[in-house]
Amino acid sequence: MGASILVRGGRIVDPSQNLDEVGNLLIADGKVAAIGRTAGVDAERTIDAKDLIVAPGLIDMHVHLREPGNEERETIESGTAAAAAGGFTAVACMPNTSPPLDSDAGIEFVLRQAARVASTRVYPIGAITKGRAGKELAEVGLMLRAGAVAFSDDGDGIMDSGVCLRAMQYISMFGRLFIQHCEDKSLVGRGCMNAGPTATRLGLPGLPAIAEEVMVQRDITLARQSGCRYHVAHISTAGAVELVRRAKAAGQMVTTEVCPHHLLLTDEACVTYDPNYKMNPPLRSQMDVSACVEGVRDGTIDCLVTDHAPHSHQDKEMGFQEAPFGIIGLESALPLFIEALVAPRVIDWPRLIHMLSTRPAELLQVPGGSLRPGAAADVTLIDPQMEWTLDAERMRSRSRNTPFHGRTVRGRAVMTIVGGEVRFSLA
Amino acid sequence: MTPAAGETPVWTRKHLLTLRELSREEILYILDTAESFKEVSTRSIKKVPALRGRVVVNMFFEESTRTRVSFELAAQRLSADVIDFTEKMSSTQKGESLVDTARNIEAMGVDFMILRHPSAGAALDLTRAVDCCVINAGDGQHAHPTQGLLDLFTIRETKGRIEGLNVAIVGDIAHSRVARSDLQGLLKLGAKVTLVGPPTLVPAAFRQLGASVVHNLDAILPEMDVVNMLRIQKERITSSVFPSVREYVQLFGMDRARLKRCKPDVLIMHPGPVNRGIELAADVADGPSSSILRQVTNGLAVRMAVLFLCQQAASGAAA
Repeated sequence: MGASILVRGGRIVDPSQNLDEVGNLLIADGKVAAIGRTAGVDAERTIDAKDLIVAPGLIDMHVHLREPGNEERETIESGTAAAAAGGFTAVACMPNTSPPLDSDAGIEFVLRQAARVASTRVYPIGAITKGRAGKELAEVGLMLRAGAVAFSDDGDGIMDSGVCLRAMQYISMFGRLFIQHCEDKSLVGRGCMNAGPTATRLGLPGLPAIAEEVMVQRDITLARQSGCRYHVAHISTAGAVELVRRAKAAGQMVTTEVCPHHLLLTDEACVTYDPNYKMNPPLRSQMDVSACVEGVRDGTIDCLVTDHAPHSHQDKEMGFQEAPFGIIGLESALPLFIEALVAPRVIDWPRLIHMLSTRPAELLQVPGGSLRPGAAADVTLIDPQMEWTLDAERMRSRSRNTPFHGRTVRGRAVMTIVGGEVRFSLA
Repeated sequence: MTPAAGETPVWTRKHLLTLRELSREEILYILDTAESFKEVSTRSIKKVPALRGRVVVNMFFEESTRTRVSFELAAQRLSADVIDFTEKMSSTQKGESLVDTARNIEAMGVDFMILRHPSAGAALDLTRAVDCCVINAGDGQHAHPTQGLLDLFTIRETKGRIEGLNVAIVGDIAHSRVARSDLQGLLKLGAKVTLVGPPTLVPAAFRQLGASVVHNLDAILPEMDVVNMLRIQKERITSSVFPSVREYVQLFGMDRARLKRCKPDVLIMHPGPVNRGIELAADVADGPSSSILRQVTNGLAVRMAVLFLCQQAASGAAA
């Protein structure tokens, strides 16, 4: 429990209460004690939030913390430090560690490490199948008891439809989110960038959009049969967005998320063969980017995530075709979402906070996403106007693999408070 | 149809295939008959001449110990001659069909075929091929009517009634002929049946058969009068219907802690054989709430009743 804190005179944006007004926020005993225009009382610490947005802490529900197994790329300590610096008060970490998080022992390890060293809350996502091999169910119930909040085989979508259906049925018993990386492996071969004219010109094997869409389509059918809460990870194609839109219109429990790079960059960025533009799903066409933006606008897309995927410089140096997929994102996501969505008025600030905080908390069924009195004081202070340059060398992540290095952006988290404790402060 | 007693016999069937086709009155008639046969087992000479001179063939195409022995003993106590047709060394393994095998056996002059077969519908097929009585001792995942009857008998014996009772059946419902027969019998006699297990083992379609389907055992235990724990097959792990024995036990195993959540007079049943420490903890299986051995005892009486009634009906029809 930190000292009592008065955050004074900020623009409080809390979608959970439909709140968007200038006021004070009082934090005491690690909780939100009071909120509103007249909430000012004496506190041990006062923070002037004039011209700042005061939001419920941001939650990134798609992060790779690499621990255990790949600590040279990231650790729970470094990854959550990066998260706090990016304005996140909580992250959900994917199970593609080494060994994978497919047992209660793995989940307990992550939570124990997090309790020791993490700057943010850490919500482990357990594997759906043993070894993420897509064959036998992992101990979902035991992982849930140990603290897993959702389930995913992450980078490997479950190819076998029978296994996938039974896994959905089994997980539906617990009411937790089934998160799928949608990619039909039989359609992608050795692909390393979006299949299309640019890949053809560059002589690089392609990852076709239909590989994503085929699995989304199949999964929606399976999810309807199983009754599970189904979530499409990092959606990236126009066709997939349309499939989710239709499933939602039909009343199905289907949700999805999108990354900043799929809202800002196209596959033409790959022309320099810079592996920092290599990720999975890959950068797509302009039509796909526009469809993702439209999906955010009309509510088809529920959440904004980073898919923070650290890789060492050494790994990324191997050249475009050989380099691993993935880029880091925790320290650049907020200004990039502002650039892609708020600046061009696709959505407003309350909607942005909803998609970065309130909605992920709902989907993961975790606390957070709200500044209601009594809630844990997870708060992010954002300067929406601050102009700054993204600098990979100054990031807290152990890895530097970002295509946004050197980009001038607007908007930045200036303070991150977790449970009433200041875990990051720019000043 | 309410004939005066003695005018039209309640029981007119020569086969027993499922409980689904039986009326409530027919089921109760078997249970009542079984009660009088149970008394036979308490005599010093445990034999009655009801089936003297009749031939009963046990045709078991699947592993079974207790059902086979139970039928054999039931037939012997009724003074029938019993032949055991074992699945191994039989011509079915040389490609002879069930029906051909059965016709050949029937040609030797038999009165009863007790059939256990891995294919659903096998007993019905058999009735179309032979003239003798056919008793279904388990066909695939479809039905096991004498197990259903002995479970009903045991519940009625313990609770004094079946109507209005809350009965849970826990475990691998999807692959269980016992669950299907229990469900049919219990619903006919007015019990409320709740099927419990992971959705991979308890398909929602069972709701359309009249049962409640629940995935949280702890939530329903306090209301249950009877909890029937089914045997779990470890082979199901590789087909991804549940992840491990450890997880299954935590979610669906009956142990002393869960027993304490039940009504004090709850009846714990199991069709056997028990995986001790998995679906049922050893101390619960052997404890005062358990009816496992009594079920086996009652199975004998129920099977005597079924053989006796079918024989009577067959003789009546022939006369």
